[in-house]
Amino acid sequence: MRKLVYLIMPFLFFAWGTAKSDLVVSNWDGYSPPDIMDTFAASTGFEGEMSFHATNEEIMGKVVASKGAGYDVLFVSSPFAEALNELGLLATINHSKIPNMKNLDSWSMNLDFDLGNQFQVPYAWGTTGICYRSDLVSEEPTSWNHLLNPPLDLHGKVTMLSTDRWLLSAGMLSLGFSVNETDPAKLDMVKDVLISAKQNLLSYDDTTFYSKLVSGEAVMAHAWDGWCNYATWENPDVKFVVPSEGSDLWVDTMVILKGSKNMDAAHAFINYILDENIGAWTIENILYKTPNKAAMEKTIPGLVDAFPNMGYSAQYLSSMETLKDVGDATKLYATTVADILAD
Amino acid sequence: MFKNKLVLPGLTWISLFLLIPCIIIFTYSFFERGVYGGIEYNFNLENYVRSFKWTYFKILLTSGQIAFLAASISVLIAFPAAYCITKANPKYQILLLFFMMLPFWSNYLIRTYSWMVLLNNQGLINNLLIYIGLIDEPIRLLYTKFSVIVGLVYNYLPFVVLSIYASLSTMNKEIIEASEDLGGNFFDTLIRVIIPLSLPGILAGFIFVFVLSVGNFITPDLLGGGKFLMIGNLIYDQFLSARDWPFGSSLSLILVTIMLSLLFIQSLILARKKL
Repeated sequence: MRKLVYLIMPFLFFAWGTAKSDLVVSNWDGYSPPDIMDTFAASTGFEGEMSFHATNEEIMGKVVASKGAGYDVLFVSSPFAEALNELGLLATINHSKIPNMKNLDSWSMNLDFDLGNQFQVPYAWGTTGICYRSDLVSEEPTSWNHLLNPPLDLHGKVTMLSTDRWLLSAGMLSLGFSVNETDPAKLDMVKDVLISAKQNLLSYDDTTFYSKLVSGEAVMAHAWDGWCNYATWENPDVKFVVPSEGSDLWVDTMVILKGSKNMDAAHAFINYILDENIGAWTIENILYKTPNKAAMEKTIPGLVDAFPNMGYSAQYLSSMETLKDVGDATKLYATTVADILAD
Repeated sequence: MFKNKLVLPGLTWISLFLLIPCIIIFTYSFFERGVYGGIEYNFNLENYVRSFKWTYFKILLTSGQIAFLAASISVLIAFPAAYCITKANPKYQILLLFFMMLPFWSNYLIRTYSWMVLLNNQGLINNLLIYIGLIDEPIRLLYTKFSVIVGLVYNYLPFVVLSIYASLSTMNKEIIEASEDLGGNFFDTLIRVIIPLSLPGILAGFIFVFVLSVGNFITPDLLGGGKFLMIGNLIYDQFLSARDWPFGSSLSLILVTIMLSLLFIQSLILARKKL
């Protein structure tokens, strides 16, 4: 018997370590104020803990494997929120428990993947485009084809995102397809375009492309608008452009898991995040736009001069196509990306 | 009886954290991924068929090629180094080996990032070459197979030096003297006596670098810029981004099989040497 106790003791420690708080939140590292759980506890009395995930896929894998157990609130991008909802893992958002919903821009409350915010509350949003050194290009890029088929002097000086949805989007948009295209024949065309684009890449880079732009190692990068701002911060010659073929609207959302033991704490947390001062932290520190209108109005005037993409209006952003969960085609997306990266 | 009990902690550890996970991976490899990740339990061999499709098989070949080059270069550099250390004053040998191991005191990632700083187009090496006038334009060093191999060799070299040093330093000096007495010059002695006798160490070092390189995913990702995959990256992607655990499992099993066969061949050769 004692042997058995020794065997399970380490696991008891794990169980004990996670049982005491009201709320477990998972977010990208650095995506909310570092002291958020302390200020949240001080303001609402709920004790919570924050854990981190590096990618949507990572937290998705964990949550799907555990059927949602162990977490209360997650920060995920919209297609993943949609997929979690499809799997029946998400709770319906109770708007009456989130008075700060009034801070949200009305454009952000009627996004086609979740009309009226049934299962998610938007946290930050933006678009994807080309981030480039205006002082080092002979011609300002205006089209996705500039990125995929760059002029000779930029060969080997281009980086692209390698995350499934955004890598494919670049190819899809250049061919005039929807960013949610699921036709296998069209995806084959996208694959060919992206494989040939690979010849002229410096590297795939989802996380450090802005430092490559600052050093001049890269001249043009496939980038999220907010991340491009990090390069502009260090070198004002770095500019961002939404290609003429259009782009996607990405939305990072907050969702509550159905299995959450403390719905009040979970709603209170989302309400706390929607506070205009927390929203302002996100805008000023992460240089991302948020659908939090109150926070945007509070902070935006000075920022737009330095970071023009911070001035994109909610109406303009919501005119772009949102990335949607593509259901069964998710498998096809994954194999297409694997084929491109493997080629 | 007491002796048998001492093996229990190790055995428990291995079965809990090695054997059981291997069985899980083996089982997963015969199923399908669900739409949102996870596993759908329909038995099939699709993952293995897919693993041998040219696109993926090519990755296996590339990985083998890179690992082979890294292992060969490591041995070529390590042998003279180990030989010189055995020839040095015994007082300093420990010190020399200590310097050899010194890089291991820093983190693998940091060591790999330092190579990025050295090799990039604005990096030290390119700037130096331009400064002394050897080249006009920076040459592409980073994000190539070359940089991946440099990274692998750099990281694993000390192990090879140690393993070759171990077999050189225990070699019976009288055999070498005998070869010299019988009129063998330095190269005869090296090729017909020293190298054959240190073969177990050379082989152990070679296999060691090969096995660690073929499954490595950090170095090809950072120094290769993600532009060409090695089998380790492909497996990593299946588990962490494509959420295709069954395919990742079948790839892992194929890799494990290759590594085990290599280790088996190595032990066969060593066993024959002893006979």
